[in-house]
Amino acid sequence: MPELVLAVGAMVLLMIGAYRGQGTTTVVTTAAVCLLVLTGALELALPAGRLSTFGGSFVVDDFARFLKVLSLIGSVVTLILSREFLSVPSRRLFEYPVLVLLSTLGMMVLISAADLISLYLGLELMSLALYVVAASNRDNPKSTEAGLKYFVLGALSSGMLLYGASLVYGFTGTISFAGIAAAAKTGSIGIVFGLVFVLAGLCFKVSAVPFHMWTPDVYEGAPTPVTAFFASAPKVAAMAVFTRATLTAFPGIMAQWQQIVVFVSIASMALGSFAAIGQRNIKRLMAYSSIGHMGYALVGLAAGTAEGAQGVLIYLSIYVAMTLGSFSIILAMKRNGLALEQISDFSGLSRTNPLLAFFFAMFLFSLAGIPPLAGFFAKFYVFTAAIKAGLFTLAVIGVLTSVVGAFYYLTIIKVMYFDDPIAKLDPVRVELRTVLAVTGLFNVFFFVFPGPLVSLAASAAKSLF
Amino acid sequence: MTTWPILFVIWFLPVLGAALVYFLARGGDEAADGTARWVALWTTLVTFAISLLLLWRFDPSQSDFQFVEKASWLATGITYHMGVDGISLPFVILTTTLMPFCIIASWKAITSRVREYMMAFLLLEALMVGTFCALDLVLFYLFFEGGLIPMFLIIGVWGGPRRVYASFKFFLYTLLGSVLMLLAIMALYWNGNTTDIPTLLHTAVPRSLQTWAWLAFFASFAVKMPMWPVHTWLPDAHVEAPTAGSVILAAILLKMGGYGFLRFSLPMFPLASHDFTPLIYALSVIAIIYTSLVALAQEDMKKLIAYSSVAHMGFVTMGIFAGTLQGVAGGVFQMISHGIVSGALFLCVGVVYDRMHTREIAAYGGLVNRMPLYAMVFMVFTLANVGLPGTSGFIGEFMTLLGTFRVSIPTAVLAATGVIFSAAYALWLYRKVIFGALVKPSLASIKDLTLRESVTLFPLVALTILFGIYPKPVLDVSAVSVQQLVNNYNTAVSAVKAAALLH
Repeated sequence: MPELVLAVGAMVLLMIGAYRGQGTTTVVTTAAVCLLVLTGALELALPAGRLSTFGGSFVVDDFARFLKVLSLIGSVVTLILSREFLSVPSRRLFEYPVLVLLSTLGMMVLISAADLISLYLGLELMSLALYVVAASNRDNPKSTEAGLKYFVLGALSSGMLLYGASLVYGFTGTISFAGIAAAAKTGSIGIVFGLVFVLAGLCFKVSAVPFHMWTPDVYEGAPTPVTAFFASAPKVAAMAVFTRATLTAFPGIMAQWQQIVVFVSIASMALGSFAAIGQRNIKRLMAYSSIGHMGYALVGLAAGTAEGAQGVLIYLSIYVAMTLGSFSIILAMKRNGLALEQISDFSGLSRTNPLLAFFFAMFLFSLAGIPPLAGFFAKFYVFTAAIKAGLFTLAVIGVLTSVVGAFYYLTIIKVMYFDDPIAKLDPVRVELRTVLAVTGLFNVFFFVFPGPLVSLAASAAKSLF
Repeated sequence: MTTWPILFVIWFLPVLGAALVYFLARGGDEAADGTARWVALWTTLVTFAISLLLLWRFDPSQSDFQFVEKASWLATGITYHMGVDGISLPFVILTTTLMPFCIIASWKAITSRVREYMMAFLLLEALMVGTFCALDLVLFYLFFEGGLIPMFLIIGVWGGPRRVYASFKFFLYTLLGSVLMLLAIMALYWNGNTTDIPTLLHTAVPRSLQTWAWLAFFASFAVKMPMWPVHTWLPDAHVEAPTAGSVILAAILLKMGGYGFLRFSLPMFPLASHDFTPLIYALSVIAIIYTSLVALAQEDMKKLIAYSSVAHMGFVTMGIFAGTLQGVAGGVFQMISHGIVSGALFLCVGVVYDRMHTREIAAYGGLVNRMPLYAMVFMVFTLANVGLPGTSGFIGEFMTLLGTFRVSIPTAVLAATGVIFSAAYALWLYRKVIFGALVKPSLASIKDLTLRESVTLFPLVALTILFGIYPKPVLDVSAVSVQQLVNNYNTAVSAVKAAALLH
């Protein structure tokens, strides 16, 4: 099991750091990246088909493989993006890469979870590590505030999830998804109650409205590489378990959860679009943007079909690439060593740094879902699934909010391209350039070869049904 | 048949040209700007030459799609499928013909960020050609919407004082219409399990879906066209865009709406089209009369021409939805003619704007005294805009009116009044700008057309008069395809009518 390698590796690195002190941060970070890559390779080397262990509470299928690799990519890129953050003497935290590793371990458990216990276990392992990394910039009160806020609200949502899980267990007498599915064919009021609480807890993790309140504050307060992390890998894992739980544990009461998902999706898309318009801080804007994007991903889930799950998977893959690319640009925005976070700081970027501005503009157009960029295909697949499932109202509201969303993305492009430049930026670091080049080219040229990702996602989605 | 993918070459060449501009025109100095201009010009010229090859090899006696290219792409039903027929070919040629003129017109007018400007234009050309050639709905949407990005930047970066407002309005308006079309495309996909246009043309669409899909497509094309009352983005976009941007907007981007109606709405949803014909008539007539009156009150030359475009597009929608041979063929011809004439009119405005940096009608007067050549050219296009016999504008308006007259006399009568209004505003504009005594001191030293400007305007004068006297080339190319379109439409509509009578 690749997860064991990751767990043992994380412990070893923690020991190295603890005994050798702060000087080992760079080594530990590099080793952590290698460890994640190794885990990914082992994951892909597992025999094909559906494997399960621990009495069926942990499954590895195509769905899990797809999303695990995706969240591993998210974690690896986060660690790469964090190099600069960790290079400042007062922030040489060897705990940081270890915490990212542990959080990733939690994600992998979460993605493979096939019963309520392993779901909770994975979720907590992921979240506890996240609370700490959010506060990792100890000298900054905002960062500390972000960590604390995240922790308190996260604990609340975990409580709700647990309460819901216990209700479900109480009314079905089993914790395994397959068992619940068999027992919950009719959907008594107790099971529906439990379902609502479980979904509330999961909505918190994917930052869907109405459980989104923590997102803007945490995104703004946390150090930027950590924000990039929050926006990518944990979202993938949380969406994964959201999808797996609803589709495999509660297929019998689909009508009930579909209502909830449709509402949450519409609310997230609308709030993400409208609330982002007034933002001045780019990280807060990205927070609202990610709320909106989770809403779009949920459109696919609302369909409740294999096409819908495929749409969710494609959406998440493209979303991760767009988000990491955008954050690598936000990280590159530095003048005289100071990080720039206001949207007005992007003024005239197209003249001071045309390539950076071009890639950012492409990411923004892509986030807005304009063809031929990757973001268009993400939206295409989720909405296609929704149309097939007959969710016309949801689809119409969805595309209309995407037009509203386009407005605030365009505002940033306007600042970069139409406004007058201010002073030059610091040179962009190599690792940022690499991440930017890979994600940027993926984003722009996805339309040339969409086939591989689409067919992988299709086979991954099939493994749930 | 061809052995090499000629359509791919035509849309890919400009992309290649844009890449060349990026790599060759580095440095940001005068020399780099010059390189960018020349590379862009040669790219558009070569593209134009190759597109003529298309015209030469095209077989006008066939109604099928020709030069077909097919490759797997997204899924089994969604492929890379390109091809042209008699309806799309004229638009492809129109696009490739006007592009070199746009590049030449921007030669001196654009001085900042020339490299980016040329790249934006070349990419825009690729996307426009792709839109007209795409034979797959998703592919069509990709090209159709992708064009927003370069156009948004062209208006926003190189535009006038209110460019931010205009570019946002343009982008969001168009996007709002198009996303609804996207949903309809998805619904069609699940209906026929394919988005292949030739297949969909032969797939019956259920009546209820037809209505909704028609409305969704209408939302997109009506904005693009633009039809009253969703035309308000056009005057703003035209006024703020640089000259070449206005030319492209008026000559080609607007035609995508009409092309969409012809390619999708009419053949795929004939019953819904038939049901909504009164709506289209009403909107077209309002557009023709109302916007002509609005044009009379304009003080800005570009705005006046923009409103006149809305009025002329009203003739096109009216003709297309008349569903008669003359109406549809007239609609196609009117679009081509309007592409040449309105594009040329914007070039004419650009000529004086480059000299005086104002588009206020009141700032001019008596130009004929110092610019006789310009006065002559401007006159030809003004008269073509009015629809004077002997110019291409006449043929289009006459045919659409004729086609409509056969099915709806009130509509045709009301629309015909628009011809009178168009004479009023166009001649009024001409009198204010060209005639009279040259009294304004700022105009005292204004120069006549330069060689560069003559090169852009005289070929268009020739085309306007040629198509006015001898419209056969355009009509012949599209005749068979139009015939088939009209036949299918009438068969579908009369089948339903017959069925309704039986019950």
